[in-house]
Amino acid sequence: MARRSPARVIGSRLLQALPVILLATFMVFALLKLVPGDIAVTLAGDNASDTRIAEIKKIYGLDRPFLVQYGAWLGKVAQGDLSQSLLTGEKVATSIGRAFPNTLLIVAIALVLALVTGIPMGVIAAIKPNGLLDKLVSMIASLGVAIPGFWLAMILVAEISLKLNWLPATGAKSFSVSPVEAVRHALLPGIAIAAYGMADVARQLRGSLLEVLSSQYVRTLHAKGLSMSRILWQHGLKNVSVNLFTIISLLVNRMLAATVVIEAVFAIPGLGSLIVRGAIQRDFPIVQGVVFAMVIVVIAVNLIADLLCAAVDPRIES
Amino acid sequence: MQTAEPAQRRSDAAAAGGSSALMSVRGLGIRFKTSHGIWQATRKIDFDIAPGERVGIVGESGCGKTITGLSIARLLPNNFAGLDGSILFDGVDLATCSVREMRAIRGRRIAMIFQEPMSALDPVFTVGHQIAETLRVHTGIAKEEARAKTLDMLRRVGIASPERRIDDYPHQLSGGMRQRVMIAAALICGPQLLIADEPTTALDVTVQAQILQLLRDLSATSNTALMLITHDLGVVAETCTRMITMYAGEVIEDAAVDDALVRPLHPYTSGLLRSLPHLSPRGGKLPSIPGRVPSILDMPNGCRFKARCPHAVAGCEAEQELCDAGGGRKVRCWRFRELELPGALQHLGSAPIAAMVSRP
Repeated sequence: MARRSPARVIGSRLLQALPVILLATFMVFALLKLVPGDIAVTLAGDNASDTRIAEIKKIYGLDRPFLVQYGAWLGKVAQGDLSQSLLTGEKVATSIGRAFPNTLLIVAIALVLALVTGIPMGVIAAIKPNGLLDKLVSMIASLGVAIPGFWLAMILVAEISLKLNWLPATGAKSFSVSPVEAVRHALLPGIAIAAYGMADVARQLRGSLLEVLSSQYVRTLHAKGLSMSRILWQHGLKNVSVNLFTIISLLVNRMLAATVVIEAVFAIPGLGSLIVRGAIQRDFPIVQGVVFAMVIVVIAVNLIADLLCAAVDPRIES
Repeated sequence: MQTAEPAQRRSDAAAAGGSSALMSVRGLGIRFKTSHGIWQATRKIDFDIAPGERVGIVGESGCGKTITGLSIARLLPNNFAGLDGSILFDGVDLATCSVREMRAIRGRRIAMIFQEPMSALDPVFTVGHQIAETLRVHTGIAKEEARAKTLDMLRRVGIASPERRIDDYPHQLSGGMRQRVMIAAALICGPQLLIADEPTTALDVTVQAQILQLLRDLSATSNTALMLITHDLGVVAETCTRMITMYAGEVIEDAAVDDALVRPLHPYTSGLLRSLPHLSPRGGKLPSIPGRVPSILDMPNGCRFKARCPHAVAGCEAEQELCDAGGGRKVRCWRFRELELPGALQHLGSAPIAAMVSRP
């Protein structure tokens, strides 16, 4: 059977991504224009006259119709230019380039922690459904889902940083300069985000593993004389890996969104902080740029997950 | 197809009893936990299977035939509550042996195939892997050797160009080919007993006949005993030498296929045979068994068939034992000597039995 080449799959997925990018940036742009507040007032300085504000608006093109402004921004993006901050004049691409590694490190740490804890929990729970361990796992998972990330973050700061002084409470370090320090700074925010991820992975994995274990083909494997551990780790895990990849891609999206709040708690100069500052100051090129970057990441993660699913499940024809 | 002579079949069946049996099931009963309390699914199951013998277990849905097959392989569902009696297989009691012992027997000495070959095969592994897996788990032979034996086995179950098929995934094969793959995976270790639970029900009629022929041939050439669980009397007549009829969780008749077809001893067996469509006169009314199987939660005392039985009299409410009816036959009906019951051959003369009972 003819399978489409990965290159063609990636190409078609990128084409499908275009409308998503358009829609996401347009909606954010529209929301920014709808909320009260104007950057021209900030730029004009204290006690500026109305004429001065109008002048500023003209200089930055803020007096043009809404759609024209969006179109101008989009035109620049099409040429590979995310334009620059209205407030500082710095290129948006530069700001994102500086902030992105910090956010990426937090999400990576959170994802690893969530998988390392969530996968064994899900497997243990599925081996004996409604057993003691299953109930324990389900209790921990309920806590993980119920506890808000920002609350856990503040508790972690209070206990581990301030009381025990084990890990730094705020800030970030560059991974390329000092990997150990960078990880030490990203660990607490990572844990704060990972709690939900762990619960999600454990619950979803338990569900899909139970479905696999009650399937007809697992009965065949028992009839062939295979041991439970072989059935679980070889056949079970390969069969749930499709679900697992889907869980992971959704989780990455969720974790990216969660960094917005968590970075504020830990005062980390990441994408989340950047977009919050941009939004408060109505610095729309910053906000648009970050949204654009996040959409790209989400689409890339989904694409990778799809390719991995196709690699493990022969029934998926890309 | 060639049908064995009735006399020879009968002697095969007679050889099954006594100490020569490969497997002796005695007083087997299975209980389940349900929301209504403990649920006795089957009880008092007695039968023997001789080495290389082909035995059909028949009965309608819910009579306990599938559960009996699963309990021999100890593949019981989670709500399983307990097993009574014994399953003596080649000197080992499968009802009480350890999980580890059972695992060494499963796949190697007792193999099992199921009804739906698509869902019975793991969708994300190649068929070659799944066949070789049985062999590698039980013998630990090298990968290359296992692959060579798998190719050989695929050839034996009649798969054309096995070199190409061995790396296919289950979804790339037809239903008949999948069942052949299941059979290959079941027989690759050369088991002494193959339990086949409705192996042809999900297949096309033409493919059914091929699979049954394959099962019969492989059983004969490798001296593997076959326990064929089915609701289809035609399948039993085509494939088996002996027929065990179950009703409401009990064995009610055990006889050589030809004996049971010509002169059933239990009114239920007779009723089953009479309700085969291709045995009733053209244009006539198809005979059926009136009433329904009693509910598992409300089993009557004594004969469980008496409410539907045209021959029921006072005395049928007494506990019924599986009586020896002579000639290697057993029946759970105290009136079997006085009843003269019609079989499948009433109006069909003396043509070969299998050809008549099987589909036209």
